Amino acid sequence: MSLVGEGLVGGWRRGHAVVDGLTVRVEPGRVLGVAGPSGCGKSTLVRMLALLHDPWRGVVSVDGTAVPRTRYRAPAALRRRIGVVFQAPRAAADPRLTLEQVLTEPLRAGGERDRTVLAARAEELCDRVGLTRDLRSRRPHEVSDGQLQRACLARALAGGPDYLLCDEMTAMLDASTTAALVAVLGAEVGRGLGVLTVSHDEPLLAAWADEVLRPW
Amino acid sequence: MAELDLRRPAVRPGEPWRPAGRRRPGTLRARRTWAGRGRLTAGLVGLGLLVAGAVLIPWLGGLDQGAVDYTAVRQPPSLAHPFGTDAVGRDLFLRSFAGLGVSLTVAASCAVISTVIGTLYGALSGLLGGWPDRILMRAVDGVNAVPHLLLGIVIVALYRGSVLAVIASIGLTHWTTVARVVRSEVLSLRGRPFVDAAISGGATRRRVLGRHLLPAVVPPAVLSSVLILPHAVWHETALSFLGLGLPPHLASLGNILAEGRQAVLLGSWWIVVFPSALLAATTLAVAGIAAWWRDRARPRRRSELAL
Repeated sequence: MSLVGEGLVGGWRRGHAVVDGLTVRVEPGRVLGVAGPSGCGKSTLVRMLALLHDPWRGVVSVDGTAVPRTRYRAPAALRRRIGVVFQAPRAAADPRLTLEQVLTEPLRAGGERDRTVLAARAEELCDRVGLTRDLRSRRPHEVSDGQLQRACLARALAGGPDYLLCDEMTAMLDASTTAALVAVLGAEVGRGLGVLTVSHDEPLLAAWADEVLRPW
Repeated sequence: MAELDLRRPAVRPGEPWRPAGRRRPGTLRARRTWAGRGRLTAGLVGLGLLVAGAVLIPWLGGLDQGAVDYTAVRQPPSLAHPFGTDAVGRDLFLRSFAGLGVSLTVAASCAVISTVIGTLYGALSGLLGGWPDRILMRAVDGVNAVPHLLLGIVIVALYRGSVLAVIASIGLTHWTTVARVVRSEVLSLRGRPFVDAAISGGATRRRVLGRHLLPAVVPPAVLSSVLILPHAVWHETALSFLGLGLPPHLASLGNILAEGRQAVLLGSWWIVVFPSALLAATTLAVAGIAAWWRDRARPRRRSELAL
């Protein structure tokens, strides 16, 4: 029972592999850290594990089931089991939607239509990540980076994923917001969420990760 | 790590938060500058007057499309004929507004047809990417390579002399511009992380298109198709001039302008000036509304406009 990437090879330009033969295993209830210099393929690794980028070789498997296809062609149910938090919250939230729409989007995509259910879920998610309720009607440009990153984390948690991939989630945030988000995630890990976190923040990795992967 | 109490509410000012410029409790209306609304108001009022004129004036004036009066040929503007009369003595005031109605119908239908086809085609091409995108865009190049007028003539020649054929011939040849605009927008949008986030949330291709891409793409597409309005009138003129478009007794701005060209050489400027002024006014009014909508569709710009 884990999210496994086995022998992953992949990149963006032909013949120039960014991730070269890497095996990672994200286990429920544990935090796996990934560290390394800029441009060494950490984000590419996250994208491949999140089924957003085709590996050239190697297999990503969720709980023992190999997923042969990526992006739209990967089964939606499997995609929903892997949450992703991106580095830049500004780019990762559609500027046209309100925060409430942003964080209920995965539920709508899952077929939930009932407005009262959606609103209740949105409130619950806001409380969980420490987003005050009056922020829900604002659009991304009307909130701060930290507030937006909380919303993005809430969106990643909305579908109730088993695994969460954080791509330098805290790189743009101040220390207190970082601590708050990590505390939120700590509670989720206690409930059995498997986390892979990419970070340059060595003290954070030392304090938080059960194991740190330094493949480069 | 230090304990952090997430449930503690932040210290806030007494009023609930609202973006600057939204209605303040206790005041009748929000502060607004004229800048954002001016274009919309002017556009709506102008377009409303023109459409009302196109509908009402020929009706109230009792326009008879076939009637000619050789005792009142090429009369300059006067009280009896505010826009003057044309080469066979027809009142230009009535004919111009009747022609505006016909031309507006033709141009608006063309704009709608080309927006719908262009948006769907461009969005599909941009979203599929890769070799389907290349094939679809080469097809656009193919349509563009054939002169529009030639393609239009073929379509009109197949179905002679009807308004529908004119609409089809213009609408089916002018969607390529819109398709290009939409495709480039979609290409730039679909690589953004929020699309990745939607995919990872389990969204289907159609959902990403309808929820994230089309709402961002439709306003510029509509704006680019609004620019087709005057062009469509020109095309209708050209087709009528070649004897393939609308029959000459039926007033349309194109027909009036085509006939007026010879009269201008005899000094009858009013036959060209007044219908052209109506055409220009229509274009400006529609462009004003479209520009307002484009600005409103950008979230950040919208909150600036509210100030």
